[in-house]
Amino acid sequence: MSWDVLADNAGLFWHGFQTTLLLALASWAVAASLSIVVAPLRVAPLAALRAAATAYVEFTRNVPPIVIVFFAYFALPNLGVELSPFAAVVAGVGFYGGAMFAEIIRSGISAIPRGQYESATAQGMSFVQAMRLVILPQALRLVVPPLGTETINIIKNTSLGAAVSMGEILGTANLVGSRTFAYVVVFVGAGVLYLALTLPTAAAFNALERRLARR
Amino acid sequence: MGQPEMHGAGIGAAGPVAIEFRDVHKRYGDLHVLKGIDLRVAAGEVVVVVGPSGSGKSTLIRCINRIEAIDAGDITVLGVPVAARGTDIRALRRRIGMVFQQFNLYPHKTALENVMLAPVKVAGVPRGEAEQRARELLRRVGIGEKHGAYPAALSGGQQQRVAIARALAMRPEIILFDEPTSALDPEMIREVLDVMRGLAHTGITMVVVSHEMGFAREVADRIVFVDDGMIVEERPPLEFFDDARHERTKAFLSKIL
Ligand SMILES: Nc1ncnc2c1ncn2[C@@H]1O[C@H](COP(=O)(O)OP(=O)(O)O)[C@@H](O)[C@H]1O
Ligand SMILES: [Mg+2]
Repeated sequence: MSWDVLADNAGLFWHGFQTTLLLALASWAVAASLSIVVAPLRVAPLAALRAAATAYVEFTRNVPPIVIVFFAYFALPNLGVELSPFAAVVAGVGFYGGAMFAEIIRSGISAIPRGQYESATAQGMSFVQAMRLVILPQALRLVVPPLGTETINIIKNTSLGAAVSMGEILGTANLVGSRTFAYVVVFVGAGVLYLALTLPTAAAFNALERRLARR
Repeated sequence: MGQPEMHGAGIGAAGPVAIEFRDVHKRYGDLHVLKGIDLRVAAGEVVVVVGPSGSGKSTLIRCINRIEAIDAGDITVLGVPVAARGTDIRALRRRIGMVFQQFNLYPHKTALENVMLAPVKVAGVPRGEAEQRARELLRRVGIGEKHGAYPAALSGGQQQRVAIARALAMRPEIILFDEPTSALDPEMIREVLDVMRGLAHTGITMVVVSHEMGFAREVADRIVFVDDGMIVEERPPLEFFDDARHERTKAFLSKIL
């Protein structure tokens, strides 16, 4: 086996690695922003808001994320919205990750004693203030481990970029493999590159969990 | 409706009325919890609500700041119709402090931050000013040196005193206590009651659900006995304890005294 293939294509793989990193960061930002709004809506006083949030979560997380990526990339143009492959993957992975995050955060919210919300609102806080200042800071601490797991899923899901011809890690490996037939080498290399992203992420979430536990 | 009623009220309630219940009903599903409550609390009055467990005391007190919604009747607090549509309940709640049995301090915030949070975020008091007042309040409840501690590092009695400081931070006109000492070890009950006793002399309106009969006898202007969702008897403490009229009151008193 010629492991030189990796060295010979180091530039391509480096670019793929960077692209995956950017996809993951952007998707994570989308997922985090969506979920921090959607999770509280799941327990909002207004039934219509609760229903909308539930609908988003249940539809999205029960559909394979590749369906959402394909929808964003192939179907949205028919509806007049052209997305780049990058944007389509971020939309799909971010939307899906947002639903997963929202469900995790909601479980954290429901673990907070009802008295916390009552004392916050008894002091004149609005629902949004009570969530932002009192409930979410406590709820998020409880769910750091599952949020870490889901963050790693987001990194892994960016490999859907390969399905819309992106040159992220998997797409790059596939491309180099088809040119050199060194499939074993390129996919092992791809796996190692993903580990270079996911293992430090897991370590960071573990460290965060330990730091919060100490307080 | 809408303006404070200035005419005199029932026993002990002379002067402006702070809280008024008129034929208030509350149900949880099929459970009829408040069955026509009529009650007036005068501004500055200290009312202690007693009664058996499950009789509706917590529900009654929680209706005052609309933590529980009522099904019928009306409640006027500080001249504001609590249940009316269009009532700015958040504005009203700023004028009503509340202390809970389980303290409900914010565990992710220090004692000082617990007291400062609502003044800064709800009332828009500048941080420096809010902090100064918070320190002052914590000193007043005897927590001065522990202002940097998180609730988990405080005893139950200390936590409840912080909770009282927190309730006072918004400079409320009314303060509600729902069994503030029931979750405390006996040796800590006194320190909390001492703070409450001090408060009673400041002219703030207090409604206190409590089983502390010594406190009620000493501090209350009036004792309200609730049983099975109804006010059975409301009397000044001496009369209440020594000359209860109703059989149900006597039965209750014989159990707890
Ligand atoms: N959120 C609720 N849902 C259903 N039933 C409730 C709820 N809160 C209280 N209750 C019931 O209402 C009755 C009165 O409760 P409560 O006001 O807490 O009584 P007290 O404070 O006098 O012990 C009890 O039977 C209690 O079980
Ligand atoms: Mg109670």
